[in-house]
Amino acid sequence: MSGARDSERGKLFTRRAAMLAAGQAGLTAALAGRMYYLQVLESERYGILADENRISLRLLPPPRGLILDRFGREMAVNRQNFRVLVVREQTPDLMQTLDSLSTIIPLSEKDKTRIRREVERKRAFMPVNVRENLTWEEMAQIQINAPELPGVVIDEGLTRFYPYGEGGAQVLGYVSSVSEKDLTGEALLELPGFRIGKAGIEKIYDLALRGKGGNSKVEVNALGRVIRELERKEGTPGTDISLTLDLELQQFAVERVGEESAGVVLIDVHTGEILVMASTPSFDPNAFNRGLSSEEWSALINNERAPLRNKCISAQFAPGSTFKLVVAMAALEAGVITPEQTVYCQGHIDLGTHRFHCWKKHGHGSVNLVEAIQHSCDVYFYEVARRVGIDRIADVARRFGLGSPLGIDLPNEVSGLIPDRAWKRALNGQPWLPGETLNAGIGQGYVLATPLQLAVMAARVANGGLMVRPRLTRDPVAHATGKPAPEPVLAPTGINPKSIALVRRGMFEVVNNPAGTAHRVAFDLNGMRMAGKTGTSQVRRITMKERETTGVIKNDALPWRERDHALFVAFAPTETPRYAICVVVEHGGGGSAVAAPIASDIMKEALRLDARRNRPPAPPPEVKA
Amino acid sequence: MVMDFRSLQERLRQQDMTLGEKLRQISWTYALLISVVASVGFCMLYSAANGQWEPWASRQIVRFGIGFAAMICLALVNIRHYLRYAYIFYAISLVLLVAVDLRGVIGMGAQRWIDFGFIRLQPSELMKIALVLTLARYFHGLSIEDIGRPTALIAPLLMTLVPVALILKQPDLGTALMLLMGSGIVFFAAGVRLWKFAVVIAAGLAAIPVGWGMLHDYQRNRVLTFINPERDPLGAGYHILQSKIALGSGGVFGRGFMQGTQSHLNFLPEKQTDFIFTMLAEEFGMVGGLALVGLYTLIVAFGLIIALRCRHHFGRLLALGLTANFFLYVFINIAMVMGLIPVVGVPLPLISYGGTVMMTLMCGFGLVQGVNVHRDLHLGRRGGGEEP
Repeated sequence: MSGARDSERGKLFTRRAAMLAAGQAGLTAALAGRMYYLQVLESERYGILADENRISLRLLPPPRGLILDRFGREMAVNRQNFRVLVVREQTPDLMQTLDSLSTIIPLSEKDKTRIRREVERKRAFMPVNVRENLTWEEMAQIQINAPELPGVVIDEGLTRFYPYGEGGAQVLGYVSSVSEKDLTGEALLELPGFRIGKAGIEKIYDLALRGKGGNSKVEVNALGRVIRELERKEGTPGTDISLTLDLELQQFAVERVGEESAGVVLIDVHTGEILVMASTPSFDPNAFNRGLSSEEWSALINNERAPLRNKCISAQFAPGSTFKLVVAMAALEAGVITPEQTVYCQGHIDLGTHRFHCWKKHGHGSVNLVEAIQHSCDVYFYEVARRVGIDRIADVARRFGLGSPLGIDLPNEVSGLIPDRAWKRALNGQPWLPGETLNAGIGQGYVLATPLQLAVMAARVANGGLMVRPRLTRDPVAHATGKPAPEPVLAPTGINPKSIALVRRGMFEVVNNPAGTAHRVAFDLNGMRMAGKTGTSQVRRITMKERETTGVIKNDALPWRERDHALFVAFAPTETPRYAICVVVEHGGGGSAVAAPIASDIMKEALRLDARRNRPPAPPPEVKA
Repeated sequence: MVMDFRSLQERLRQQDMTLGEKLRQISWTYALLISVVASVGFCMLYSAANGQWEPWASRQIVRFGIGFAAMICLALVNIRHYLRYAYIFYAISLVLLVAVDLRGVIGMGAQRWIDFGFIRLQPSELMKIALVLTLARYFHGLSIEDIGRPTALIAPLLMTLVPVALILKQPDLGTALMLLMGSGIVFFAAGVRLWKFAVVIAAGLAAIPVGWGMLHDYQRNRVLTFINPERDPLGAGYHILQSKIALGSGGVFGRGFMQGTQSHLNFLPEKQTDFIFTMLAEEFGMVGGLALVGLYTLIVAFGLIIALRCRHHFGRLLALGLTANFFLYVFINIAMVMGLIPVVGVPLPLISYGGTVMMTLMCGFGLVQGVNVHRDLHLGRRGGGEEP
C-alpha cells in the first residue's frame, strides 16, 4: 500500500469522522433541548404531578354526635373500641402468630381462613383486622404478651354504643356499614369501617351527627406505604342531638309493656314534646354496629311482632272506640245532637237489612253523650254518626291530627286513614254506603291511625283544642343559646271549647266513674287524676253464625294474629292537663283490660317523676362545644 | 549495556518502547475523565440506596477498580496482536453466542448468559468489542479502490448480520440494534459510499412490516407505548411517565443530593440501572444533567481525537468505532429516560449499576488507550511491520 493511497484513505476517514462528530453534536444538542423542555418549560407541571404522586390525603373520621335525652342523659355515645390487627411484613410466620394469639382471644378456623385470605389480598404492610371490640382484659393480655406476638397491633377507634340497648331502639335507630347505594361521592363514606345511620334519629339526622372529616397529608411511596405525616387538619365532630324523650320514663314504659307487642306514646299536651315513644318488642341496636349474622337478621325480619318497626309511627290500627271522641265532637259541632239528648240502646241497631251490634249484647238503655263515652256505647255512636255523615266526621278527625303524617322527625311515618266520600270514589269509583258511616262511627271499617296520631288527638282534646304538633328533638336555637325556646303559638282546631269540654267530661267518667269502662285503672296522686278512653278494635269479621251459635269467641281462644287490638288514650291531670298518652297493644285483647293498666302506670310514673323533679324541669343541657 | 540512540519517535514507529514509556503515552486526562464520570455514578448509586454504600455503590467501585486495571493492561499490549487475533476473537464470540442459544440460562425472559460457575458471561457484550475489532481489521486490509466494490462489502455485512440475528433471537432487540448501528458507523468511517447506506436503510424500512410480525408482545408494547405513553399509565407507559415526572420536577437546580422524592419513594423504576440518569436529573436538575452530558462529550471528543491522531487505519477505525458505540449508549439511554425514543434496555455507561457492562466498557477504553499508545506504529495489512 503506497503512502499516497494511505493518506487518501486517511483524508476520507478524517472527513467521515468530522461528519460523525457533527452528527453526535447534533444529537447531544437534542438531548440538551429535551432537558430544557422537561426541566424548565414543563417543570411546573411535572412538579405538581410529582407532588400528587407522593402526597396522599388520608381522611380522619370525625367522632359522631351524641344523642341525649331531655335532661342530657346519653342515649347514644361513642365508645372506645380496641381492635387487634395483624401486619404480615412484621411477622415471620403469620399462622404461628395467629395460633399464639388464639390462646388469648378465641379464633375459630373460619376466622383464621378469613384473615389469611385478607392478608394475601392486601399489601404486606397493610394491617388486617383480626377482631374488634376487645375487652380490657383481652387487650391487656395482648399487650403483655407483645414480644411473643410479632406483627400484632392494637388499634383504638370509636364505635357507636347505645347504653340502654333495647329501650328506644326504634327511635334512636342504629348505625351500620355503608352499603353500595349509600355512596354519595363523599369521601368519608368510603373509609373502611365507617358507619352511617340506617334507621330512626341516627338516619334522619345522619348528616348533622356525622360531622366533617379531617384529613392528614402524608407522604407515601409508590406502594402506598406512609413515610411520614406532613400536615394534619382535625375535622369537626358531629353535632349532638337532644331528644325530648325522658330516658327514665322511656325505660319504665318499655319494662311496663313487657312481652306485649305494643306502641306507647306520651306527649306534652302544650309543647308536643314526646317524652315516651316505646315500641315493643325491641332489638339491640348495638348488634347492628358489630354486624348481624344472617341468622340474627332473618330472626328479626321474620318475627311476626316486627321488632324493627317503630309501631308508634309506622304501624296503623283501627282506632276502635277511641275514635268516638272525634265522632262526639263532630256531632256536637254539627248540632245533630245536644248533650242532653239520649239514644236508646237495645244492643243493636238495624240499617236496612243489616244489623249493627253493640259490644254489650243486651244494650245500655237510654244514654246521653257523656254516658255514651263513659260506657263506650256503640249504638249511640252508630246513631250519631249516621246523623252527622262521614264527611263531617272526617273533617273533625283531621283537625285532631288523624289521616295524614304529623311530620315527626323520624323516617317511615305512615299517614293513617280517614275515609270520606271523595276518598271512596277515588279508591274504586264506588259510592259511600251508609253502613260504612256506622262502622266509622265506632272507629272500625276503613279508619286507621297510628299510636302517635291517637296521642296527638288526646293531647288536642286535653289542651282545649289547640293544634299541638309532636316533636322528638329539642329546638336547635335552644341548643345553641341555652335559653328555652319560646312556647309555640298554637292554632286552634276551630272546635267549640264547650264540645271539647264535654268530651273531656266523658273521658273523666270513663276512668273515675265506678261504672266507667276503665275504672279499674283510676288513681289519685295528690289530687291528680286521669281521664281516658278505651278502645278495642276488631281485626276479623264476626259472622252472624258465630254470634248465634257459639257466641263471640274469646280472644284467648284465637290465634295471636286474629285477636283484637287493645287501645287506650288518656290525659292527666284532669284539671290542668299536661300529658297525653296512647297505648296500643297489638292483638292484645280488650282496651280496658290490657291497654288501660299500662297507660295508667306510665302516666302515674310521669306525674311522680315530675313531682320529684319539682317542676318546671331543669333547663336543657349545655351543648358540648 | 547497549545504549539505544534511536529517537523516541523512531522507537514509537518500531513499537519497542519500554513499559515506562508506554505508561507515559497513556492519556491520563482521558483516564481521569472516565474516573470522574464513574465517581458520579458511585454517588448516584449511594443515593439510590438511600445513603448506603450497600448494595450497589461499593460493588460498583470494586468493579470499576478491576476494570481500570484491565484498561491499563489492555492499553499496554502491542496493537499488532489485536489485529492478528481479531478474527479468532470474533469467531470465539460467535461460538459463545450460539452456545447461549443452545444451553443458555433463562434470565428476564431472555437467554443471554453462559454460566461458567465462577463468572456469568454475556457473549453479546463480548461481541460488541469483537465486531468492531474484526471490522476494523477487515477494512484496514482494504484499499480505497476495494471499498468502492460492492462485493467487498459482502463479508463485513455477514460479519455484522450473523451476530445481530443471533442476538435478536435471544431476544434482545436493544443490543441487536446497538450492534447494527455500531457497525454501521465503522462502515461509514471506512468510507463506504453514502448511497449504499441509503439502499440498506430503504431495504430496512421495507422490512419493518415483516419485522413487526417477528417482535414479541412486550417489544411491540414498548414501541406502541413510546408513540403514546398515556395509553397505559400504570403498565408499560408507567416507566416513561414516572421518569418524565421525576425529571421535570427536578427543575433547573434539582431537589438536592439524596432529596429526589420520586426516586426515593420508588415511583421511579430501575433507578439504579436504566433510569439512573432520571434520578441524577431529579436531584441535580438541568444543571447536573447538562454537566454530565458535557463530561460524556469530552470523553467522546477524546476518543475522536485519538482516532484522528492515529497513523494506521486499524487504530483509527477501532478508536472511532468504540467511541461511537460509547456515544450511542449514552445517547440512547438519556433519550429513552426523557421519552425521546422507546424504552430499550440500555444502561447509562459508567454510571448504571451492572458488572458485565462495566467490564466491556473498560475493555473498550483499554483498546482506545492502546490505539493512543501505539498510534505511530507501522502496521501492515496482516499486522506485520512490513511495507507492501
